[in-house]
Amino acid sequence: MAKMHISTTINGEPTEFLCDPSQSLLDVLRDNLGLTGSKEGCGSGDCGACSITLDDRLVCSCLVLAPEAEGKKIETVEGIAQGDQLHPLQKKFVEFAALQCGICTPGFLIASKALLAKNPNPTETEVRFGLAGNLCRCTGYDKIIRAVMEVAAEMRGAAR
Amino acid sequence: MSTGQGNSGKYKWIGTRVDRPDGADKVTGRARFGADFNMPGQLIGRVLRSPHAHALIKSIDTSAAEKLAGVKAVITAQDLPEQPNVIVPAGEMQVNLRDITRNILAREKVLFEGHPIAAVAATSDAIARQAVELIKVEYEVLPHVIDVAEAMKPDAPVLHDHLITEGVKPPPTKASNIAKRMDNAKGDIEAGWKQAEVTIEREYTTQAVHQGYIEPHACLASAAEDGQVQLWSTTQGHFQVRGFVSRLLGIETSQIRVTPSEIGGGFGGKTVVYLEPIAVRLSQKSGKPVKMVMTREEVFRASGPAPGGTVRVKLGARKDGTIVAAECEIALQAGAFPGSPLGPACWTSFACYDIPNIKVVGFDVVSNRPKVAAYRAPGAPISAWGVESTLDILAQELGMDPIELRLKNAAKKGTKTSYGPTFDTIGFVETLEAIKNSAHYKTPPKPGYARGVAAGFWFNVGADSSAAAHVAEDGTVTVISGNPDIGGSRASLALMAAEELGVDYEKVRPVIADTSSIGFNFVTGGSRVTFATGLAVVNSVRDMIRELKVRAAKTWGVDPDAVVWEDGMAKPAGSNVGEFEPLSLAQLAATAGKTGGPINGHAQLNAQGAGPGFGVHVVDLKVDRDTGCVHIDRYTAAQDVGTAIHPSYVEGQIQGGAVQGIGWALNEEYIYNAKGRLDNAGFLDYRMPVASDLPMIDALVVEVPNPHHPYGVRGVGEVPIVPPLAAVGNAVARSINIRMTDLPLSPPRLSAAIDAATPKMAAE
Repeated sequence: MAKMHISTTINGEPTEFLCDPSQSLLDVLRDNLGLTGSKEGCGSGDCGACSITLDDRLVCSCLVLAPEAEGKKIETVEGIAQGDQLHPLQKKFVEFAALQCGICTPGFLIASKALLAKNPNPTETEVRFGLAGNLCRCTGYDKIIRAVMEVAAEMRGAAR
Repeated sequence: MSTGQGNSGKYKWIGTRVDRPDGADKVTGRARFGADFNMPGQLIGRVLRSPHAHALIKSIDTSAAEKLAGVKAVITAQDLPEQPNVIVPAGEMQVNLRDITRNILAREKVLFEGHPIAAVAATSDAIARQAVELIKVEYEVLPHVIDVAEAMKPDAPVLHDHLITEGVKPPPTKASNIAKRMDNAKGDIEAGWKQAEVTIEREYTTQAVHQGYIEPHACLASAAEDGQVQLWSTTQGHFQVRGFVSRLLGIETSQIRVTPSEIGGGFGGKTVVYLEPIAVRLSQKSGKPVKMVMTREEVFRASGPAPGGTVRVKLGARKDGTIVAAECEIALQAGAFPGSPLGPACWTSFACYDIPNIKVVGFDVVSNRPKVAAYRAPGAPISAWGVESTLDILAQELGMDPIELRLKNAAKKGTKTSYGPTFDTIGFVETLEAIKNSAHYKTPPKPGYARGVAAGFWFNVGADSSAAAHVAEDGTVTVISGNPDIGGSRASLALMAAEELGVDYEKVRPVIADTSSIGFNFVTGGSRVTFATGLAVVNSVRDMIRELKVRAAKTWGVDPDAVVWEDGMAKPAGSNVGEFEPLSLAQLAATAGKTGGPINGHAQLNAQGAGPGFGVHVVDLKVDRDTGCVHIDRYTAAQDVGTAIHPSYVEGQIQGGAVQGIGWALNEEYIYNAKGRLDNAGFLDYRMPVASDLPMIDALVVEVPNPHHPYGVRGVGEVPIVPPLAAVGNAVARSINIRMTDLPLSPPRLSAAIDAATPKMAAE
């Protein structure tokens, strides 16, 4: 089967790749482009570990066909930090111990960033529902929710 | 939040909430987990699995798969040597080598749906999947049995013709599915029943649940022509992986080097091997590196869940609440091969309580399910579900507060357990009091909500650990150990090293070494790492301090005994030694070349005295009578942790364990259809708790130091999954006035129970 040529932007970098038409975007990110930060926990869109944004929309990259990325803008966990500066969400996740094993963390960070972009002033319930598509088996979610709430408060403070 | 004796304030580093050393790697996507390794020229391995629950394998024809372009190797059980009938330890569990080689690749029979039969290695995943489809297997399908009670019946389909029940005298003459009977007792149970004024007896069931780690099993094997094997694996114990691969493939241990990846959760489920021996054999056969990753479906169908089972509990008490007799009978699913966590289930059943007369009987039962693996306090949540539910009924019957009833019977220092040991300093009473005095317990539940409480115990494990400490030229320190960091243990090890050395936490870098770079370490399991490997790290640092004192003594021209180590510096022991300015670690490191060369420390030990842990949980919840859906409003978990080395990660363990227990109580279960096939092998249908299902989980950290550790550490990780099953069940019972005895308390089951108990509208 002939490979398809796809042009896209990943974490701000114009990127081209060849893929099988049936390949998932997650597989291309991980296997073709070496961006292994996005994780495959289920392959069926139920765990959120492969969360990325596609034209600023939160998606499970295991459910996106790689050719769908044509002309679109992708953000993965590798693009959250700016140079040697961690994003406030990354800093707070570490400070608040909002990760234990860390496998779900990239997905949670992307989903949290997308949530705060849409709703900078979320209630605890809104954060819990906003992140309900991301499974974490270690933390019981408590520390993750606290970290996201804290970043929201800080970002609102900084915006003032 | 910290209650109890709160000893951690006396330390500089221990008890502080520092950033973990691997934090930045984990939030930037840089950390390498199991599936993140690749090698140039690697092949992809895939496994053919049984569609049947129970069948004889008549023949396997791999010729079509072998001919497919891109396929480089195909193996079946014939490619692994036969193994002796020998039991070896695997985490807190035991495995039989004969069985484990059959679990990895089926031989005479397939024993569960998903049982591996053959494996291929090909140049791409697509080709490997296609090749698996081309393998032809002829089966003779046999009758199967899924349920434990059914499997114990005399006319049940027998899985293993050679399986004679152990622990029964005289031994049975006929094979059955009951692999083992276990008895343990204390006092005189019949005399106990005579003293009882109230007796309660109930039977409970639980279903199999999966550990549900988010990262599927993965490995990458590279076998060279000279016989050396390199293996990268996501595992809780890379030394264990080395041992299994060595035994199962007949390779000398020294020829295998296993490097652990970051591990995306395990909870006991990554203490055994599934893919590694297959990947190594495929690599040997093809001459190429072979990478294998399970799909989520394969994880559910063919990696170890925790067993379900039945528990019958009988309690006898005086009217004042003193428990005088206790009996428990437990039957656990082992899966396709013997070896459920029956011992721990039996031993821990009444361990929270000082009861004079105890009788416990357990049965290990095989059925056509995947072989069970350890899952956080293996076995204990199941017996505690029965015992703590029955205690709640007793409290209701006697009109006692459930915490008061537990306080009246609580195990203390000096209490002799039914399984042998007598407790040293433990913190169960302090943990019960922490809940009793908590804001949660002092506030009545909201209108419409009901409250449940339950306690839990886990003995925790010590075992083998090695560690090394090195000083670099600039005075910074590397601490090397051999336990995969599953939930922040790098931080706890570095904190203890910094405390012991008297240097800043940031000056200590913890490293997890491969099997060739550090001495043996038992698995990351049994809540042992901060306790046992922590002890090894402390001892390696003490060994290094001895050397540092020798170097200072040499610098000053005094006897090493005249030097003391304080606050990260060598100082003269007293004024009679002489007037010397203290020498810092950095100064000693800078002159090391002149005083004797590199400065290192080492330690190796078999840690004894793991302090047992106790937890008490309280939950407020509401049952929607129309849907059977449970809404949790408030949850508090208290636990004696000895000393909280890093309080945030201690709380995280307590919160995470509680939530896994809530999932077990409310929704999680393996569901089989009539053909013996698993109907819910995915995260959509196997419903683990998500963030919106839960409130914040309050963790009350109680600190009663373990006298057998220099910093008072007890294991933390396992206790918190023990109480939630009964805590939730007890709250549900008090909410709807129906005592549910079958887990999970899922909406369909609760709806059915509520409907059955509600007078029919039509009848009115």
